[in-house]
Amino acid sequence: MTDNKTVLEVSALENGTVIDHIPADRLFTIINILSLDKIKNRITFGTNLESKRIKTKAIIKVADMEVDRNYLSRIAIFAPEARLSYIKNFEVVEKIKLVVPDTIEGGVKCANPMCVTNHEPVTPKFDVIDKTDITLRCKYCEKITTQKQFEIIK
Amino acid sequence: MSKSLVSISDFNKEEILKIMELAAHFEKNPGEQLLHGRVLATLFFEPSTRTRLSFESAINRLGGRVIGFSEAGNTSVSKGETLHDTIKMVSNYSDLIVMRHYIEGAARYASEVASVPVVNAGDGSNQHPSQTLLDLYSIKKTQGTLDNIHVVMVGDLKYGRTVHSLLQALSHFGARFTFVSPDELKLPDEYKLFLRLHGMEFTETDDMGEAIKDADILYMTRVQRERFSDLMEYERVKSAYVLKNSMLADTKENLKILHPLPRITEIATDVDENPKAYYFEQARNGVFTRQAIISYLLGVK
Repeated sequence: MTDNKTVLEVSALENGTVIDHIPADRLFTIINILSLDKIKNRITFGTNLESKRIKTKAIIKVADMEVDRNYLSRIAIFAPEARLSYIKNFEVVEKIKLVVPDTIEGGVKCANPMCVTNHEPVTPKFDVIDKTDITLRCKYCEKITTQKQFEIIK
Repeated sequence: MSKSLVSISDFNKEEILKIMELAAHFEKNPGEQLLHGRVLATLFFEPSTRTRLSFESAINRLGGRVIGFSEAGNTSVSKGETLHDTIKMVSNYSDLIVMRHYIEGAARYASEVASVPVVNAGDGSNQHPSQTLLDLYSIKKTQGTLDNIHVVMVGDLKYGRTVHSLLQALSHFGARFTFVSPDELKLPDEYKLFLRLHGMEFTETDDMGEAIKDADILYMTRVQRERFSDLMEYERVKSAYVLKNSMLADTKENLKILHPLPRITEIATDVDENPKAYYFEQARNGVFTRQAIISYLLGVK
C-alpha cells in the first residue's frame, strides 16, 4: 500500500453503510434494489475494482443511512459474497456476511411468462435450489429462474 | 387451510398408497353414495372434455352434485374478474373445487385463496396430478405392485408433464427407466438430476424396438406439432416413434402399454386389439382414481 497512485482513495465514512464485494456487473442492480438513485444522501461507489474473492468487485458507501436489514436476503441473491458494514463515528460497529436464504418472497420476478405471479396480483415466492449458482424454483408454477434471468421488482 | 392436491409432490408415499387402495375399493363399489348432499365445483378456465367428464363422472358416482363451467368464455372471468375473486366466490358455493387453468401455478394460488380443497386438473404445462395417480393405479393393477418396475417412456419427454410427474411419483418406489426420444425432445437435465439424487437407474436410447423388450410398462406420449419449428423434422420424428403391433412379439408377458390420450399416430390402431394395450382401460381407471382423490380430500373415506 505504499504506492498511493495505485490505491483507490475513497473518503472515510463517518456514519452509514458500506457494501463491499458486490460483483461489478451487479452494482447498478443493488443500487436499484435499495433505491439509492432516489435518495439525497451522499453516496460514493467504485466499480471494476480488484478483488481476491470475486473477479471484479464494486463497493458502495452510503452516508447517514443504515441499510434496512429486510433487504439483506434480496441483496444476497444478486451478490452472495457481499459484506455489509455499519459505520458509526468512523468505526465499524457491525459487519454482516450475507446469507443466501432458503426461500424468497418478492423482489424477483418469475422468469416464466405463463406463471400466475405474472398474471394475477400475487407476490412471487421461490425456493432457492442452488445457493452458489443462484437458482430459484417458483412455488407456484414450479419452473426455474436462473440468475441470468433475474429481473427485480419492488 | 384444507388439504389440496395441486402437485404430485403434495402426496407422500403413504397417501399415494392410500389413493391406490381407495381406487381399488371404488372399482368394486363404484356407486357408493359418500357425497350425498354435497356440491362440488368444476372450473375449466381452459376446456378439456376428457378430464372434465372423468371428474364429473366420479362426483356423480359418489352421489354429489356438480356446478361449474367448461370454458371461461361466458363467465365473470371474461368480464375481467381476478382469479382470486372467482375462487373466493366459488369457495362459498361448494365443498371442493376441481380446476383447470392455462396459467401455470393458478391452482397453487387458488389453494391459498380457497377455504375448501382444490384439485388441480391441469395448470398449463405444469402439473396434472390426478393423471399421475391414475397412471400409478394402472401400473399397480396390471403389475400387482409399484415397486421396482421397468418403465420405458417414449416420445416427448421434454415437455410432457405426465412424464415428469410420473417419474417424480415413482421415485418413492425405486423404478428403473429407459427413455426413448428424439434429440430435441429429450428428458430435461433437471429430471435426470432428480433421478440421480434418488438413486434411480435410467438409460437413454433412440432404439425403441430394443428398449421395449425388457419393459414392464411402456408409457407412450404424443409428439406435438407445435414443439417443432421445422415441419419436415416433425414428420420425421413423428414417424420414427410409432408403436406397431409387430414390435410387441418379443416383449414380456406382463407388459402393458399406457398412454395419457389423446393419441394421434404414435400407436398404430392394430395395437388396440393386443391384450398388452391398456390405454382405454387406463382412462376408465381415471374415474375410480378421481373418486378416491375426492373422497380422501373431503375425509369421507
